[in-house]
Amino acid sequence: MLMILKVIGYFLISIGAVFLFLGSLGLIRMPDLYNRIQAGTKATTLGALSTIIGVGLINPSWFLKTLIIALFIVMTNPIGSQTIARSSLKNGIKVSKLTTVNKYNEDILYNKSGDVNDSAL
Amino acid sequence: MLNVVFLILSIALVLGTIRLIKGPSSADRTVALDTITTVISSLLVLVALFFKNNIYLDISLVFAALSFTSVIIIARYIEGSG
Repeated sequence: MLMILKVIGYFLISIGAVFLFLGSLGLIRMPDLYNRIQAGTKATTLGALSTIIGVGLINPSWFLKTLIIALFIVMTNPIGSQTIARSSLKNGIKVSKLTTVNKYNEDILYNKSGDVNDSAL
Repeated sequence: MLNVVFLILSIALVLGTIRLIKGPSSADRTVALDTITTVISSLLVLVALFFKNNIYLDISLVFAALSFTSVIIIARYIEGSG
């Protein structure tokens, strides 16, 4: 039983390391701030969750503490990314030219008569 | 096994540091900081497994809390200053 848990744990650690690496690679490769936010927070959230749970499975007496760390990262990482995206949108950082759909300008920034909707910001 | 994982994560840290240095705007640098702190926080858990020492889990939890607070504060500061 302990051997199976160890194999599953090392498998999860490998998956998590690959996802953490891909998230950091996306920081270099992506053309735009908003794409970098997607790559740099979503992929690393999955990678950190998988790695930490894997360590908890390898050493079962640490499982509760690793679960607390994983839950903390899962709860706080989206809040950070949302705050960064909101602040950069309010400061008027442009999206890249490759963007084809930008619902923020259509739905939220302007109301039906075409005026700028102040309460949306 | 764990050595390969440490190698992959150090390459990830180097890639994040490149974006942290050359990012055009300060929001880019904040995103890079967020990514780097998440990688370090999971690296500390792996260090706990490597040295078989319990104390690094507590260090990882405190580091995650402090990095979350710093990212939130920097993002709110950028939002206010323009």
